[in-house]
Amino acid sequence: MKKAKSSEPLVRISKRTDISPKLSVGVRVIAIAAAFIVCALVITAITNGRAMPWDVYSQMLKGAFGTVRRVKITLRDTCALLCLGLALAPAFKMRFWNIGAEGQALIGALASTVIIKLCPGLPWWLMLLVMLVASVVAGALWGVIPAAFKATIGANETLFTLMMNYVAYQLVNVVCIFWEKQKGSSDIGVFDRGTLPKLFGVDYGISIVVILLLTAIIYVYMKYSKQGYEISVVGESENTARYIGINVKKVIIRTMMISGGLCGLAGFLLVSGTHHTLNTGIVGGNGFTAIIVAWLAHLNPIFMLLTSFFVSFLDIGTAQIATSCQLNTYASDIVVGIALFFILGCEFFINYKVVFRNSKKAKEAA
Amino acid sequence: MKKFLAILLAAVLCLSLAACGGNGGDETTAAGETTAAGETAAADTTAEGDTTAASEEKATADQLSKLKIGIILLHNETVGYDENFINSVKNAVKNLGLDEATQVIFKKDIPEDKKCYDACVELAEEGCNLIFADSFSHEEYVIEAAKEFTDVQFFHATGVNAKIVNLPNFHNAFAKIFEGRYLAGVVAGLKLNELIEAGTIKEDEAKIGYIGAKPYAEVISGYTSFFLGARSICPSATMEVTYTNEWANLAKEQEAAKKLIKDGCVIISEHADTDGSPMACEDAMTKENKTVYHIGYNIDFNDVAPTANLVSSKIDWTPYFEHIFNGVAMGAELENDYCGDFTTDSVLLTEYNDKNVTDEMKAKIDEVKADLESGKIKVFDTSTFTVKDESTIKTNEANFVLADNYKTDADGHLTSYMADAVADEKYTPDTDVIKDGEFAESSERSAPYFNVNIDGIDVIG
Repeated sequence: MKKAKSSEPLVRISKRTDISPKLSVGVRVIAIAAAFIVCALVITAITNGRAMPWDVYSQMLKGAFGTVRRVKITLRDTCALLCLGLALAPAFKMRFWNIGAEGQALIGALASTVIIKLCPGLPWWLMLLVMLVASVVAGALWGVIPAAFKATIGANETLFTLMMNYVAYQLVNVVCIFWEKQKGSSDIGVFDRGTLPKLFGVDYGISIVVILLLTAIIYVYMKYSKQGYEISVVGESENTARYIGINVKKVIIRTMMISGGLCGLAGFLLVSGTHHTLNTGIVGGNGFTAIIVAWLAHLNPIFMLLTSFFVSFLDIGTAQIATSCQLNTYASDIVVGIALFFILGCEFFINYKVVFRNSKKAKEAA
Repeated sequence: MKKFLAILLAAVLCLSLAACGGNGGDETTAAGETTAAGETAAADTTAEGDTTAASEEKATADQLSKLKIGIILLHNETVGYDENFINSVKNAVKNLGLDEATQVIFKKDIPEDKKCYDACVELAEEGCNLIFADSFSHEEYVIEAAKEFTDVQFFHATGVNAKIVNLPNFHNAFAKIFEGRYLAGVVAGLKLNELIEAGTIKEDEAKIGYIGAKPYAEVISGYTSFFLGARSICPSATMEVTYTNEWANLAKEQEAAKKLIKDGCVIISEHADTDGSPMACEDAMTKENKTVYHIGYNIDFNDVAPTANLVSSKIDWTPYFEHIFNGVAMGAELENDYCGDFTTDSVLLTEYNDKNVTDEMKAKIDEVKADLESGKIKVFDTSTFTVKDESTIKTNEANFVLADNYKTDADGHLTSYMADAVADEKYTPDTDVIKDGEFAESSERSAPYFNVNIDGIDVIG
């Protein structure tokens, strides 16, 4: 019983406040390197040595950059993810947990589709313009509904935005069945209109340029605009915001309008620039992956360029490994999972330190 | 959805870190990580032996060695539909003496959007001269790639557009699986008769359950031929059909099977892509002591449901793959739209479950098969079914098969049926497919277009 004198647990975790920027970058680099090493070993193990670690890396690089076309596809996927990450950043900065980017983008894609189907006679530029407006409005609406409930009756936005995904998902199903190309197939087919003009030889060229511009705009908006400042004050403390005369309700609704509207824009770009079709899979889970992209970048749009590229590279690279090693996407999902686990894990070690009972005693003794 | 869930969990982990970031002091964070991992090697495939027609010209070994094959799959080997294609490719590769490691690339889990076009392009850039895609909605993206890569031959199963776009390097293929379904229905009919004779069920309890994926012609044609086969043997047979509205969803298929069992079905068959329904039947038979047999599709379920399973009907793509591998290697001109059947060995029944299927039944099945091959029995013989009950007409209307699409005589037998054989967005009925007292399925194009519901089949949604 004597030993139990100290009530301190064997291991405890405490907040770290003193980490230097250099060290925090170093920890991240180590985490990424460790992730790649472990991932390659896992692949080598499940292929019984058919693919050695260096094959894994060369295949990943080949998958993402092997040809000019592959580089373009990597950029396309990066931007698709980045756009949703950018959309989430203002909401998260405000501590509004928008888990509904998937649905907001889907509803934007749906709005574009409705315009394509209902107004076939419009000139191409006018059709694109109407699609753009419809998508942004639809996305904004999908974002504002939970925001309005949060601002007025304090409804939990995490659950609300999550549930709105499923509503959007089923609405897309309804529309696909309504305009299905073959009876009973619920396949809406590929659209022959409402397509963005080509840039750099690809129809998603404009999407890439728009999203890169958007990155700069969101950066400036969050960092230098009055509204951006209001967002961060509301995020830090609603009471402070009220005290200094910020209309919190207005900020919540306005910010979610922007967040949802940008998701709607992403939906428009997916339909007009990339897929030219509509189904429940066209956002492809990016609405959720974007949460990781945004947080890994600490909500900084410029860092998001890096994180969205990293996640897309992992996705494309592991898909290439699955093809070349005759595996399937379960294997790539495992690898992506391991890599993200390392990266998220390192954030933990940057923010906290693990303190052992003995080490503290040793310190006191010294 | 599984992927969504995994990503969501990761996101929650991320948020929990951020949410705790504001507080000082001691804190512990716990997070759970689940990853769905399933890995089944499709190595142990049963070789079908030498099935190529003897008359076909063979490519030389040298020509075959220049072949590079790309296969695009909607899912992977854990889903029956795609497993069937993978096994067929492997068998064809083995039979022709190709080297799988260097001459075949499988692209698995390719969704039905631009990623399918990307996959086609990647395969073409890797030097494939033959590219095949297995899912209905891949078609338009494959056509897009076919227009771009004119020296690559593209093939697509279940599609409807080859005749319409008429490209020299784009081909559709399917098989007369409705003949195989009819034969599987005969097995069901024989089993129903056996149950009636043994007194297990009364004559009016001969009810069949059927799980369909979507109310699509391929599915409707399938369950109707199955039902007609069963009723040709057991005249009192009725059928209840339910849809899952998804091609592959194990849980939904299991639920649907349970519902059908509860409704009193004693035989269950299916047109969906997973093992859900045989598992449910096996459970009902072994754990709840019910009588409910199962007839599958494309996959041999004798292992999954050793007590409940009877047999499966199946499209074997091996002969088709051998045919196109040979053809492309030789540079021969290949069919724009290919339709396999019993005579090409494309349609067959898998191994019977000998516990449930007697030799006497097998003899009868062989007899019917010979009659189907000779044309003595026609699956959609219009004198064997009617379209006149109010509920049938309602079901058809709900499915947009309206009264002006077809004509019937006073007894309700079809005399004219305008099918949308040349597929277009407005489903314009363009071809009368009632010929010589038969609904001529798969004669205008390989993909099915029989989409009318008939009396005796109750679609419960």
